[in-house]
Amino acid sequence: MSLLQIRGLQKSFGGVKAVDGIDFDVAAGELLALIGPNGAGKSTTFNMVNGQLRASGGSVKLDGRELVGLKPREIWKMGVGRTFQIAETFASLTVVENVQMALISSHGKLYSLWSRAAGAYRNEALELLDQVGMKADADRPCSALAYGDVKRVELAIALANDPKLLLMDEPTAGMAPKERNDLMALTKRLVVERKLAVLFTEHSMDVVFAYADRMIVLARGRLIAAGSGEEIRNHPKVQEVYFGTGKTFEKPVAQEEVAA
Amino acid sequence: MSSFLVQLLNGLAGASSLFLVAAGLSLIFGVTRIVNFAHGSLYMLGVYIAYSMSERLAGGVGFWFSLVFSALAVGFIGALIEMVLLRRIYKAPELFQLLATFALVLVIKDGVLWIWGAEDLLGRRAPGLEGSVEILGRNFPTYDLFLIVIGPVVLALVWLLLTRTRWGTLVRAATQDREMLSALGVHQSWLITGVFALGAMLAGLGGALQLPREPANLGMDMLSIGDAFVVVVVGGMGSIPGAFVAALIIAEIKAICIWLGDVNFGPFSISFSKLTLVVEFLVMAVVLVVRPWGLFGRPQGTPRHSGAPEAPLRPAGKSLRWFAVALVAGMAVLPLLQGQFPYALVLSVDLLIAALFAASLHFIMGPGGMHSFGHAAYFGLGAYGAALLMKAAGLPMEAALILAPVVAGLGAVVFGWFSVRLSGVYLAMLTLAFGQIAWSIAFQWDDFTGGSNGLIGIWPSGWANNRTAYFYLTLVLVVVGLFALRRMLFSPFGYAMRAGRDSVLRADAIGIDVKRIQWLAFVIAGVFAGAAGALFVYSKGSISPEVLSVTKSVDGLVMVLLGGVQTLAGPIVGAVTFTWLQDTVARSTDYWRALLGGIILFLVLVFPQGLAGFIHDLVVKLKPNREAAR
Repeated sequence: MSLLQIRGLQKSFGGVKAVDGIDFDVAAGELLALIGPNGAGKSTTFNMVNGQLRASGGSVKLDGRELVGLKPREIWKMGVGRTFQIAETFASLTVVENVQMALISSHGKLYSLWSRAAGAYRNEALELLDQVGMKADADRPCSALAYGDVKRVELAIALANDPKLLLMDEPTAGMAPKERNDLMALTKRLVVERKLAVLFTEHSMDVVFAYADRMIVLARGRLIAAGSGEEIRNHPKVQEVYFGTGKTFEKPVAQEEVAA
Repeated sequence: MSSFLVQLLNGLAGASSLFLVAAGLSLIFGVTRIVNFAHGSLYMLGVYIAYSMSERLAGGVGFWFSLVFSALAVGFIGALIEMVLLRRIYKAPELFQLLATFALVLVIKDGVLWIWGAEDLLGRRAPGLEGSVEILGRNFPTYDLFLIVIGPVVLALVWLLLTRTRWGTLVRAATQDREMLSALGVHQSWLITGVFALGAMLAGLGGALQLPREPANLGMDMLSIGDAFVVVVVGGMGSIPGAFVAALIIAEIKAICIWLGDVNFGPFSISFSKLTLVVEFLVMAVVLVVRPWGLFGRPQGTPRHSGAPEAPLRPAGKSLRWFAVALVAGMAVLPLLQGQFPYALVLSVDLLIAALFAASLHFIMGPGGMHSFGHAAYFGLGAYGAALLMKAAGLPMEAALILAPVVAGLGAVVFGWFSVRLSGVYLAMLTLAFGQIAWSIAFQWDDFTGGSNGLIGIWPSGWANNRTAYFYLTLVLVVVGLFALRRMLFSPFGYAMRAGRDSVLRADAIGIDVKRIQWLAFVIAGVFAGAAGALFVYSKGSISPEVLSVTKSVDGLVMVLLGGVQTLAGPIVGAVTFTWLQDTVARSTDYWRALLGGIILFLVLVFPQGLAGFIHDLVVKLKPNREAAR
């Protein structure tokens, strides 16, 4: 059985069906890319899996346990980490404190009023920062980092409670090409070493095709294709949503013939 | 029944003035995002200016001209305030703008005192409308009928201005998104000045129209700003029709309370007429809990500029530690100097208590990101708690000092549970409402709290009942309290509090229950404020509802902001500066408020990061810095 099972998931905002009944699975040790044009419903899907948005219908199961209706913090406790499309870190904390915060929370020490936070789980936090290549910046304020670095810190935060599933919403947006490859290579390594399942969205197709084990394509709230890089590349519907049919100026009759 | 209807009509007449003031406040808030504390002062100016003009100009025309002139004059003063003062601080954190407008309250109050004196001034009746008409067998003043009409008329005019003119379109656009408007090439300075002038003019008109109904007096500014805040929040920030509906609702509920008078429910008797002081705040609390953005308002987007991010906390360096030790040691020898400075001990006790109060407020305001406008509630609960534990329960001082903070903490458990559900200005207003409710209970429950007279004869136990001993007791407790608050900020809990303030999304995604953290923070702050209150009551020997008043809450805000909200030493520096200033200035001049206001304005304009923040920045600048070397 796969780690994450999504069945008939949907979300409507007023009359608009942002996500319209989608099914897919993510297995442990799999790097699955969720791609699609702007407005396809990728972020909405993400936010439903992580509990930030409540699904209008369908189910999300992690290891057979239902996630719909749970709060983000409860889902996090079950082993789901995430990074945001626009990176969210704690600006008034240092880099290492950001990671320490997640560790403090995962050890259930949030309500400790008297101990000192500065030394709490610092070594573990430094180790995580080392993994994402941010150890040298550990004691800088998080607000002073370049955006690409903030994204790497976010990854370290997300890894702090040793998740089974990692949700990454455009992990490499705002990064230089070299940084992108480093980050994705790191993610790939984590997937292999930790048997981590990763679901990520991405606009950069070279990243997707280079690293994803499998990909699913979302357009206007529906899944239109799933498969390996090669299959997706040659899928007519995918080409249509990304590039149009290329037959805009032909007569409708001709188009129907092609479809037939 | 007829008396009921007449009372409703009375309510309608009251609603008009209330609406005018609130509409101005709402307009100004919508565009500038400044909660203009001085709006009540503009209203008061409206009454006084109308009084002076109508006394000078004879005849009916003169009277009506005075009203119009007063509105225009106040509008002009508003524009001046915007151009000279507020324009310089739009980029400052919003709390600073608040502080600046509060300083204006002080300055204007003393300005009015200087020009018009302290006596109440009763204006003329409106020529042509002096009489009354008979409605359902009762006399109803003709002028009140006129007022009932004027409210909807002004509503219609403002509505037309906002929806039918190009200027109005720009104002509405600015209310929604100022950055976008300026990206479209609209020059905003004059737009904002215009809005401020219009808002001030409405306040001035509201005041001027009130002249024939009640005498001009110096308390009008705070009373009207309280009412106007409630109306704006209930109606929805920035919504003019909302302000109108809310003004109607509140004025009518008050009118009904007066009509009900004392009602017996079996053995209990409730005096509804006494409820008028608090009923509007009850309404506001209910509305905020049920519909946090008001009846006609919309949920607000988060502002894009929220000031520079705060620097990470650093543990105290060696020099700061030694400085703290030296300071405490220096204070410990103060009693030896009693001969030379007999007043020093009394003042020091006040300073210490103020420091603890301010530090407890800073705890939720700075690191917690919750701007409480009603922190005096917990100070007062602690003070009344201690007094009543002694008077009613007969406990000794030692027990009362321990239990009073618990009483304040319990209050914070209840108020905090509601407050943390909101954020930003709405949270501020709800805490203000709770503070006001606590105040009116203390003010009106004569049998238990002594009502407006308060309680007297609350002296320390024998061993502490002399100046020196009580000073040492205060010193020890305050230092312990300040240390504990500081220590908690460096604990995992303190970090979680700042994390929740920095990013709710991220905090939630790593398992932090932000509301619960905030709730606990609220309770902790309440406990320490309560401790300050308990120390206060024994230092004075008496207590009155004043310790629960809005003024006391605002004092706390001023202390924190003056010192700097982003530094841990800030509240202490601010509390000491403020209390000391208030004390010395008050003894040297009759116009201490104006002087204090002037000093605050000066500090706001020169040190927008607060005193402690300024010193901190200076130290950083002078020292070669690792971060800068990168």
